Amino acid sequence: MNDQLNATAPVRLTDAQIRRQMIGEFWFYFRQNRGAVVGLVVFALLVLVAFLAPVLAPHSPTDQYRDALLVPPIWQEGGRSGFLLGTDAVGRDMLSRLIYGSQYSLFIGVVVVSIALVGGIIIGLLAGFFGGWVDNVIMRVMDVILAFPSLLLALVLVAVLGPGLTNAMIAIAIVYQPHFARLTRAAVMSEMKRDYVTAARVAGAGRLRLMFRTILPNCLAPLIVQATLSFSSAVLDSAALGFLGMGAQPPSPEWGTMLAEAREFILRAWWVVTFPGLAILISVLAINLTGDGLRDALDPKLKRS
Amino acid sequence: MKKLMLFASVLAMSAAAAQAKTFVYCSEASPEGFDPAPFTAGGTFDASAHPIFNRLTEFKKGTTEVEPGLAESWEVSEDGTEYTFKLRQGVKWQSNAAFTPTRDFNADDVIFSYDRQGNAENPWHQYIPGITYEYYTSMDMQNLIKSVEKIDDYTVKFTLSQPEAPFLANIAMPFASIVSKEYADALDAAGTREEMNNTPIGTGPFKFVAYQKDAVIRYTKNPDYWGTAPIIDDLIFAITPDAAVRLQKLKAGECHLMPYPAPADIDTIKADPNLTLDEQAGLNVGYLAYNTTQAPFDNPKVRKALNMAINKDAIVEAVFQGAALPAKNPIPPTMWSYNEAIEDDAYDPEASKAMLEAEGVTGLSMKIWAMPVQRPYMPNARRTAELMQEDLSKVGVTVEIVSYEWGEYLAKSMEAGRDGAVMLGWTGDNGDPDNFLSVLLSCASAGEGGANRAFWCNDEFSALLNDAKVTADPAERTALYEQAQVIFKEQAPWFTIAHSTQYVPMSNKVSGFVMSPLGDFTFDTVDIAE
Amino acid sequence: MVRFILSKLLYLVPTFIGITIIAFSFVRILPGDPVLLMAGERGVSPERHAELSALLGYDKHVVLQYFDFMGRLLQGDLGNSLVTKRPVLDEFLSLFPATVELGLCAIIIATLIGVPVGVLAAIKRGSWFDQVSMTAALVGFSMPIFWWGLLLIIFFSGILGWTPVSGRISLMYYFPDVTGFMLIDSVISGQKGAFVSALRHLILPSVVLATIPLAVIARQTRSAMLEVLGEDYVRTARAKGMPQYRVIGIHALRNAMIPVVTTIGLQIGVLMAGAILTETIFSWPGIGKWMIDSISRRDYPVVQSGLLLIAALVMVVNLLVDLTYGLINPRIRIK
Repeated sequence: MNDQLNATAPVRLTDAQIRRQMIGEFWFYFRQNRGAVVGLVVFALLVLVAFLAPVLAPHSPTDQYRDALLVPPIWQEGGRSGFLLGTDAVGRDMLSRLIYGSQYSLFIGVVVVSIALVGGIIIGLLAGFFGGWVDNVIMRVMDVILAFPSLLLALVLVAVLGPGLTNAMIAIAIVYQPHFARLTRAAVMSEMKRDYVTAARVAGAGRLRLMFRTILPNCLAPLIVQATLSFSSAVLDSAALGFLGMGAQPPSPEWGTMLAEAREFILRAWWVVTFPGLAILISVLAINLTGDGLRDALDPKLKRS
Repeated sequence: MKKLMLFASVLAMSAAAAQAKTFVYCSEASPEGFDPAPFTAGGTFDASAHPIFNRLTEFKKGTTEVEPGLAESWEVSEDGTEYTFKLRQGVKWQSNAAFTPTRDFNADDVIFSYDRQGNAENPWHQYIPGITYEYYTSMDMQNLIKSVEKIDDYTVKFTLSQPEAPFLANIAMPFASIVSKEYADALDAAGTREEMNNTPIGTGPFKFVAYQKDAVIRYTKNPDYWGTAPIIDDLIFAITPDAAVRLQKLKAGECHLMPYPAPADIDTIKADPNLTLDEQAGLNVGYLAYNTTQAPFDNPKVRKALNMAINKDAIVEAVFQGAALPAKNPIPPTMWSYNEAIEDDAYDPEASKAMLEAEGVTGLSMKIWAMPVQRPYMPNARRTAELMQEDLSKVGVTVEIVSYEWGEYLAKSMEAGRDGAVMLGWTGDNGDPDNFLSVLLSCASAGEGGANRAFWCNDEFSALLNDAKVTADPAERTALYEQAQVIFKEQAPWFTIAHSTQYVPMSNKVSGFVMSPLGDFTFDTVDIAE
Repeated sequence: MVRFILSKLLYLVPTFIGITIIAFSFVRILPGDPVLLMAGERGVSPERHAELSALLGYDKHVVLQYFDFMGRLLQGDLGNSLVTKRPVLDEFLSLFPATVELGLCAIIIATLIGVPVGVLAAIKRGSWFDQVSMTAALVGFSMPIFWWGLLLIIFFSGILGWTPVSGRISLMYYFPDVTGFMLIDSVISGQKGAFVSALRHLILPSVVLATIPLAVIARQTRSAMLEVLGEDYVRTARAKGMPQYRVIGIHALRNAMIPVVTTIGLQIGVLMAGAILTETIFSWPGIGKWMIDSISRRDYPVVQSGLLLIAALVMVVNLLVDLTYGLINPRIRIK
């Protein structure tokens, strides 16, 4: 075994050098995917918009201009220069609401993925590491959760917890968490058989160390890909919950909630229906494009072809 | 087998369909069932009680006045506790594939129809597990009706436990529809009791044909109808819950008439040359009820001041899109005894501020409850609450808007010691002022299980209501109710918001539709031009 | 093979019990009191409240209620709806065909378009077709379908007036349910134009519902194809001078289809979630809308049993997918 190691690693690299090389390699592959780069740029813009919302938005998202109900966008007849994308039924500026809405979507994505990721990893590690009945029980519970269509389960969960943004996020995270648990478990199980784990164990590494320092970093790639996927689904599902009246509650400018409020104006004011949906589509698309790039760059199997 | 027979009758129907007049109504909600007694939703009654059934007394079309129905005439005893009804003769029950009546409508049917609701021992009281008679119970009929006796085949006597002026209006309500005893017996024999609710048999202008859940209900004209026969041959309810979709269907000619257009669409409808829009002030009121037991809202002057701080017209404009009448009284103007003379509190933030200061109320913060659902009297409570919030902030009152899931909202808003003012409303059942004032504002309903969400108990006001309830003379009753409204206005337990206007858009081809102040949709007089 | 199926079935039992516990307990801890909802603005006296709760069985201990629920479930009794008072199973069965029709139609659209597009994109990897179709697939995959549905309604029904706004068939046509599938029943009825009418009503909702599965299938087919095309035996076949269409048709396609079939099968969960939104937008009288309505009306028995039925259905379909996969791919079976 020693011979082999020497043969493949003739030069010793420091950890930092290895890391830099890995990142460089990742960026090289990621850059090759033009869509991914575009997605990343759009996503970065979204983050920027979300952070700079108070600076960028021309109006407050909740200020009602009672003399300007359902004003069309500026380029249409009847549009007003003060309201670039028009106003909604109580005279709130659409553009400002859309800008503030980006905060919601990103916040939802980050929170949902964090909860699902952390929960899933811990559960998956436990199941994979301990095996036996622990594994069995945990995985059956995961199966049960996965047996329900995710949106339906989230809906009922929100109904149980009470409609609202926080509860919607918790519900979605619970529904997503089994995916992370399964991935982690599968990765842990295959990693457990590897030599380096045995080596670490022989060297006397403790269980926790083994779990988190040795095994976990080696199954990160699929988790990262799953996380981006979940991020975009979280944005979509929370918007769907908002649309069904179970997510963020009015007057918060969450895009799905805005759509739900706009439904009654579908024939009269196309802009209140069109823009929030477009905003959802663009952000989800950007995240998915980035996710595709990430997968390509992280998945060695596709790298080869 | 049943399907086959149904199919045969369908064939017969479609054979005659060439010259048949079919009227399509885009209804708003699926009926809960077809037996009118156990249910409470207006949409259910439009699909069951009104087309299929009749009652002893009926509301005269387009009014809240009571006229003879299956009872041709009645006599009331001197003390007002005995009602003797003479029943109409020669009224035919409808038939369907599984049931052919052998006799006409008679006193047995009346007794059965009431007994099954009020008498827990009646085998039909629980003919479906979990069934209850909510309307019967909530109108307190079980305590009011002491007995229903058959004098002869066409005479029935009701004995009441006390004189009750609104009784004749009560029994014109949908829950009091008369069902066939013979049909019930036949179903009993066949062991298919649930069919009472699935395939109804009545005496009304239309016969039930078929119901496809959440999609379509079909009726055909009852050829043996005792009243004036309907002009149209087939009546179809196309169930379309979404208001925008209903309107689009109406425009596309897929239906002839629809209920509850979205307020935002009213202008479009008015502008459409192919559509007609009927309108009428609805029999409803939307209100904000203060907790009159909580300081400082226990002070009528503070309540009055807050009322003056809210811009009512702005709410009517922004939330109802103008489709409502600003409310000054707790009862709507279409109801008899509405007090025209009362003047509404003027919108005056300055005066309001001064009044609040005079009462020593500064830096007040309060909660406003906004219900989570759309109701007939309030299209968007949340939006209304937001407007109130802004108005009140201008007089230095900080408002926090709270909301709960609908069932919880209803429960929590009735809990004693509730924090804040609660938004809610009411739609009349029988057109009697008692049905608004006693239910919503009397001392009796201020306790647990009542609906007086201001917890407002004014002895003088309640005494007036009680007097009116046992008075038979309409003129006297009117005077009492008018006086009650004066007290209401002085004491201001509510901020009265609005009476939402009922709009009924219909195709230009439709004629003969009469709007009901009770919000019912009936089609026995409609016609369509080809 | 029998052992394989049996082991799979056995494996489902604990999952199913888990599902019943979730369906039951979720619904029992839903806030909001059905008795109060029934009373509405009117309110209800405490005595009457207790009376009604007892009547509905909500006064017993929750664990007892669960055993009651399971006991009745084993007898095939899923309870009665609080709103319509009818048996939940009856309601489910009367609405189920509408959802199945919509779902089947969507999956057919998704497969018929998705598979060829994926294959072509893989063959012409890097071409403009590949790029355009895969971009479109990603857009479809990212689509908020509730918004997409509204847009299509505005455009096709509102502006162009080509498609009806909602419903399953024009009200002009009336025939009894035979299969519950409007397309089939309309043919059986023999009424002229009925089939076309049913089709026109079905088209927009199924396109909306097909959007996400179509994107997934196209992407999955493309990557499965690419993988197979890179395998040694395909390269060998090519090197031996086998014509392109035969290489693709015989070797590549057949092998690439194994994961694609699984993907298609696994779309049922996605379809159910999509059906909730699609049916809401198009007022389609199916299971999805029924569940949404029942949740908002706190119709406990319907939510409970509906959840259970849907989960059981997804489970059974997943099992079938598993079994098919085992059939076409013997390697799994041996494991």
